Amino acid sequence: MTELSARFQLKLYVTGQTPRSERVIARVREIAREYLPGDCEPIVIDVLEEPQMAERDRILATPTLIRQFPLPVRRIIGDLTDRPRVLAELGLDDIPYNLHRPSH
Amino acid sequence: MTTPISKLPTGIPGFDSISDGGLPKGRTTLLAGTAGSAKTVFAAQFLAEGIGIYGESGVFITFEESPDDIRRNVISLGWDIERWEAEGRWRFVDASPHPDGEVVIGAYDLGALLARIENAIQSIGAQRVSMDSVGAIFSHFTEASVVRHELFRIASVLRALGVTALLTAERTDEYGEVARFGIEEFVADNVIVLRNILEEEKRRRTVEILKFRGTSHNKGEYPFTIMPQEGIVVIPVSAIELKQNSSSIRVSSGNRVLDHMCGGGFFRDSIILVSGSTGTGKTLMTTEFVAGGLKEGERCLMFAFEESAEQLFRNASGWGVDFAKAVRERQLKIVCAYPETAGLEDHLVSMKQTIDEFRPDRVAVDSLSALERVGTVKGFREFVIALTSFVKHKETVGLFTSTTPHLLGGTSITEAHISTITDSIVLLRYVEMFGEMRRGLTVLKMRGSMHDKDIREFKIDGAGMHIGDPFRSVAGILSGQTRHLAPNEVGRIDALFRDDEG
Repeated sequence: MTELSARFQLKLYVTGQTPRSERVIARVREIAREYLPGDCEPIVIDVLEEPQMAERDRILATPTLIRQFPLPVRRIIGDLTDRPRVLAELGLDDIPYNLHRPSH
Repeated sequence: MTTPISKLPTGIPGFDSISDGGLPKGRTTLLAGTAGSAKTVFAAQFLAEGIGIYGESGVFITFEESPDDIRRNVISLGWDIERWEAEGRWRFVDASPHPDGEVVIGAYDLGALLARIENAIQSIGAQRVSMDSVGAIFSHFTEASVVRHELFRIASVLRALGVTALLTAERTDEYGEVARFGIEEFVADNVIVLRNILEEEKRRRTVEILKFRGTSHNKGEYPFTIMPQEGIVVIPVSAIELKQNSSSIRVSSGNRVLDHMCGGGFFRDSIILVSGSTGTGKTLMTTEFVAGGLKEGERCLMFAFEESAEQLFRNASGWGVDFAKAVRERQLKIVCAYPETAGLEDHLVSMKQTIDEFRPDRVAVDSLSALERVGTVKGFREFVIALTSFVKHKETVGLFTSTTPHLLGGTSITEAHISTITDSIVLLRYVEMFGEMRRGLTVLKMRGSMHDKDIREFKIDGAGMHIGDPFRSVAGILSGQTRHLAPNEVGRIDALFRDDEG
């Protein structure tokens, strides 16, 4: 399980430090915290600061969340308000929730 | 402070003429057209000419095709995008659909696209931007209101950056709404429409400037063609008509009697139409016209659409004129082409190129009416107007022949379109007299000069054309309904309509 999780890589594109950006960053971090081990911190990219990154990944819309690993690559557009659907897209829905809850 | 809108010359041949100087500078212009109407070529050419002619760099935002496809598609038009990219004069923003696909969960905007566009423009100091084509982004992002709002934002940013932009959009009908998705509502200031119409089984491309807010442009549809190594060439019909000045210098028609009938020869920058049915002597008159020029040491150019060069050489030598020698000495150029090998627009562009390259003093076209069957009536009219204006503008004397469909009398489509813009019209007609076919010639029109109004008989022999005396006892030659008049009747009518002018 850890092995699979370790290969998880998320990249989130946002535009500027707006309330919408802050909200979606919080949502993604929350999912990562609850479902992925600590070394799978999502990468957050502000297109205003790094447009060449957006160019390379051919991002048009923000927010865009990319599941870089595991393959296949998944791209999700929007502010991720529907959490169950986001989990399904990321392939995290079939894993029993409790099993992945980080133990404190 | 408000400043008037200035124009940015596109460099697209002919377009800057019909647009009174180019695209509205610092604005976004909508370029709408159906599938296959050459929107992408236009958009790419806007950048290519900017780089090639004005040293202005450009950004191409592609929503549909991949940059690779575009590079490949335009290389045959002579545009080496890859080289320009390496030189930092062209940049793509690839906004084509991502192969991985995307799902939408929640609200979004196109902030990343906007950031990429700004970045691309600033990185190469672009002055021109093309976006092709906006319909694709509406099918990519289904929330049309969001996309509309974002495109409006992009247009505002482009305006703030001072770049001149083209935004292409699809239309479903050639003569329906301007564009799909209500795009014209947010870039409504400037609209150009490209059309690719099937008319009488012939394809015809046209460009029309629907509106340029706050600045002038020519109205109506203008035909254009796409030439290899050149791209779009717009044919500005009325735009070139206005620039002609007229000369009072006379040149010889190649026939002494005809010169006399015209009041001393043709004018230096005039267009002469020679009309007659088959076999009346049009090619002979063309030959004499060319020979007359050669004798004066002028450069002559001949477009032959009915006969091969060998046939022309043989005909000419039959009348004692050595064309082959003149061609060898580069004083004469003969271009033979079958009318069907190309569309009218292509013929026009290649004829203009030949004229520009050879710089002739005289141009002969034998026959202009052979090109009638290649295009539509409307297209042919535009062709004739454009060609005659071009020839006149070069201060070249042009002699065009036109074949009338009937042996006796009659007019042709060519005449109907050309007669008002030609300076002189010479009619060659068969005259039936006492069971015999004779030939008659008259100068119907000679702008700016007195001329002989007789219908004269002429004969053709081994030495060429011999113009003789007027027909005296025949009426109705031009209509083909000849009537023979008794000599005293002729004298009576003459006395009634005595014409003292000449």
